[in-house]
Amino acid sequence: MKILVCISHVPDTTSKINFTEGDTKFDTNGVQFVINPNDEFGLTRAMWFKEKQGASVDVINVGGPETEPTLRKALAIGADAAIRVNTPATDGYSVAKQLASVVKDGAYDLVIAGRESIDYNGGMVPGMLAKLTDANFVNTCINLEIEGDNVTAIREIDGGKETVSTKLPLVVGGQKGLVEESDLRIPNMRGIMQARSKPLTVKEPVAVSPETTTASFEKPAPKGAVKLVDNVDELIDLLHNEAKVI
Amino acid sequence: MATETVNKDILRGGQFLVKETDCNDIFTPEDFNEEQRMMKEAVMEFNDREIVANRERFEAKDYALTEEVMRKAGELGFLSVAVPEEFGGMGMGFVSTVLTCDYISSGTGSFSTAFGAHTGIGTMPITLYGNEEQKKKYVPKLASGEWFGAYCLTEPGAGSDANSGKTKAVLSEDGKHYLISGQKMWISNAGFCNVMIVFARIEDDKNITGFIVENDKDNGISMGEEEHKLGIRASSTRQVFFNDTKVPVENMLSTRGNGFKIAMNALNVGRIKLAAACLDSQRRVTSTATQYANERKQFDTPIASFGAIKSKIAEMATNAFVGESATYRAAKNIEDRINIRISEGNSHQEAELKGVEEYAIECSILKVAVSEDIQNCADEGIQIFGGMGFSEDTPMEAAWRDARIARIYEGTNEINRMLAVGMLVKKGMKGHVDLLGPAQAVASELTGIPSFDTPDYSEVLSEEKEMIAKLKKVFLMVAGAAVQKYGPDLEEHQMMLLAASNILIEIYMAESAILRAEKSSKNGADNAEYQIAMAQLYLYNAVDIVDTKAKMAIISFAEGDEQRMMLMGLKRFTKYQNMPNIVGLRNKIAEKVTEENKYPF
Ligand SMILES: Cc1cc2nc3c(=O)[nH]c(=O)nc-3n(C[C@H](O)[C@H](O)[C@H](O)COP(=O)(O)OP(=O)(O)OC[C@H]3O[C@@H](n4cnc5c(N)ncnc54)[C@H](O)[C@@H]3O)c2cc1C
Repeated sequence: MKILVCISHVPDTTSKINFTEGDTKFDTNGVQFVINPNDEFGLTRAMWFKEKQGASVDVINVGGPETEPTLRKALAIGADAAIRVNTPATDGYSVAKQLASVVKDGAYDLVIAGRESIDYNGGMVPGMLAKLTDANFVNTCINLEIEGDNVTAIREIDGGKETVSTKLPLVVGGQKGLVEESDLRIPNMRGIMQARSKPLTVKEPVAVSPETTTASFEKPAPKGAVKLVDNVDELIDLLHNEAKVI
Repeated sequence: MATETVNKDILRGGQFLVKETDCNDIFTPEDFNEEQRMMKEAVMEFNDREIVANRERFEAKDYALTEEVMRKAGELGFLSVAVPEEFGGMGMGFVSTVLTCDYISSGTGSFSTAFGAHTGIGTMPITLYGNEEQKKKYVPKLASGEWFGAYCLTEPGAGSDANSGKTKAVLSEDGKHYLISGQKMWISNAGFCNVMIVFARIEDDKNITGFIVENDKDNGISMGEEEHKLGIRASSTRQVFFNDTKVPVENMLSTRGNGFKIAMNALNVGRIKLAAACLDSQRRVTSTATQYANERKQFDTPIASFGAIKSKIAEMATNAFVGESATYRAAKNIEDRINIRISEGNSHQEAELKGVEEYAIECSILKVAVSEDIQNCADEGIQIFGGMGFSEDTPMEAAWRDARIARIYEGTNEINRMLAVGMLVKKGMKGHVDLLGPAQAVASELTGIPSFDTPDYSEVLSEEKEMIAKLKKVFLMVAGAAVQKYGPDLEEHQMMLLAASNILIEIYMAESAILRAEKSSKNGADNAEYQIAMAQLYLYNAVDIVDTKAKMAIISFAEGDEQRMMLMGLKRFTKYQNMPNIVGLRNKIAEKVTEENKYPF
């Protein structure tokens, strides 16, 4: 089984978020980047298929050279090879198009992407990718078993779970549950050293024109100071005249 | 992994005192390559998951947990970073080794001690002095964490005077074994070790001899109870008794009588690693205290905005920054020296030995400086937490108790202070470091007329660099005069030695910070302005210390005109042209730390 795991390169959740160029561009200054957590659950499950069922595991990212450390971390964790499609990840559609081209060329049986990446939270890529590669699609996947071509997957649905059967080729939108946090792997020293000699192929992008561009970003208003009021009349007065919400 | 460039002109050990270092010639944490960054993250993640998360169990003296986590560290390859590849290790360079010690250390001193005792003094003597058979037999198992090591040097009657041990090794009649008998004390990892490096005396030899001894209770080895300690509570520390323990002659380490040398060299390496192992604790304590200070309100104000607290946060962050700067500077010097020796045809083993020995002075300096910084840092950490800092429910009191041991083991700070100056003077006598020429130059400068030119300080940190050059003159002036006055008896004048040592330490630490900040500034690093502020703040404090210590020395051993002249020299050599605004620097540093809500440099 040939597995491709999509790795999004995202800011660590504790990063301070700022924008530049008139609030149209994310400011990467001083930001620590990590493997998108949903993708890391997928990668860890893929490693299980590699170790238990002899699958091969490639990882892919659509992005500039600055994302390579993140790909190499995936190699250090145990992926066999990495691919970077050399173009900025502008919107979900263009990323899905780039991925689809690699998936078709590489004849992958299983593509594991994250349900969403935690930076822009688009959540579109896995679905589009399935459509573009004519593969089956399971989103919000929290359990994945494969025997031959037969897939049994469990999806998280509102308030419960759904078990689905399907066949390879398959695209999965993965999340926590595919494995648990305690299963996530710390790259070992040998893995880190080997990551250097594993292939990281840079592919030039196929021609795609993005369907959307960012007009501007806006941060939530900072939390104001707390004001303690001790009677209802004053509260009503403030809500009405100051906050103008009633 | 050796970090790329090897600069053959790198300073020899101790030469920092008499030569100027170019900022591009020092290695800084900003220079970690991608692999090292990945290692750092991996080790930090391990620390968070396996060590910090289990802090309560460590504090409750759960020795089994220490062993279990050590085994996990072995599985991830953390115990084998420094071990050559042919013996199952990663064969990574010295910087990577130091980095591992650094980032694994902040969860608890218990683990950090177990880790250090195993990888450093437990394993290193075999990789550095073992023969092929010994290395093949023991090192792979130690590297993987299948076996654990301990180091048995100290005895009830032999602590700082390590060569005075009474443990005996007697050759058996058939000449096949040594029978070892004696009592060792304060042995880290004793409770779960498989292999011990044991030092014992053969007949009436002047020097002790090292042996590799497998831990086997049926071979005359027994253990005392776990010691009840102030800190590092889950680090196993016991007495070890040997009673006619049979050790095959082929388990002698190196040659007869070479044990003291092995012991000292193992400690040299141990000292820089111990310094590293106090760094992440400082970062973590600083971060935790900052987070508390940002949240804790008194008088309707977060305490982080009070000048009293800002001052503490600024000093804590600054000392951590300076410790990092000096530790990685020395680590890379050692790595380079090893690579130079290898390129000159030395075996890896020989190269490593000589590389580390070369920088023994710097290793002692680091051990003293950083172990005292973590103590102060944890102390102020408690103070920032107020009453909560005194409670076992917050991590401050454990950090404070754990920090205390670092000033005692691997040679007490008194011994290391005196060693640093002693070794430097020896190097001077042997001509390895030219102290005489520069010392004479300073002496004639004292009687000469000072220059009244207005220097050009437009280059970043140029006044600070000039100040360092002047502090070096203070050392040469004081130590030079003391050597002249006391000659070989200098050793007897410990208070002088200690004063000189404090000056030496401040010079190395301050210079390392200045060079790092200068390099960051020239490379346009994000936080260069804060690095500069920290280098300036540290230097200001260093000048104060140098002034006090030098004055104490001068007024104690010099008299009359000589004393007056030296005091005038001291005044000149500790004088700023432009005084830094210390309150401004502290505010700037503290505000950055509180804004980031962690140690951010
Ligand atoms: C928790 C712990 C773990 C340890 N682990 C190990 C281990 O794994 N293996 C091992 O072999 N040892 C170990 N040690 C021993 C440690 O290295 C010694 O305690 C240390 O070297 C000091 O020796 P001592 O305790 O006998 O103190 P002493 O040598 O008696 O020193 C007492 C005081 O006198 C001062 N002093 C001594 N001599 C001089 C001098 N010439 N000039 C000036 N001042 C002097 C010292 O600085 C100190 O302040 C450990 C100790 C502890 C507490």
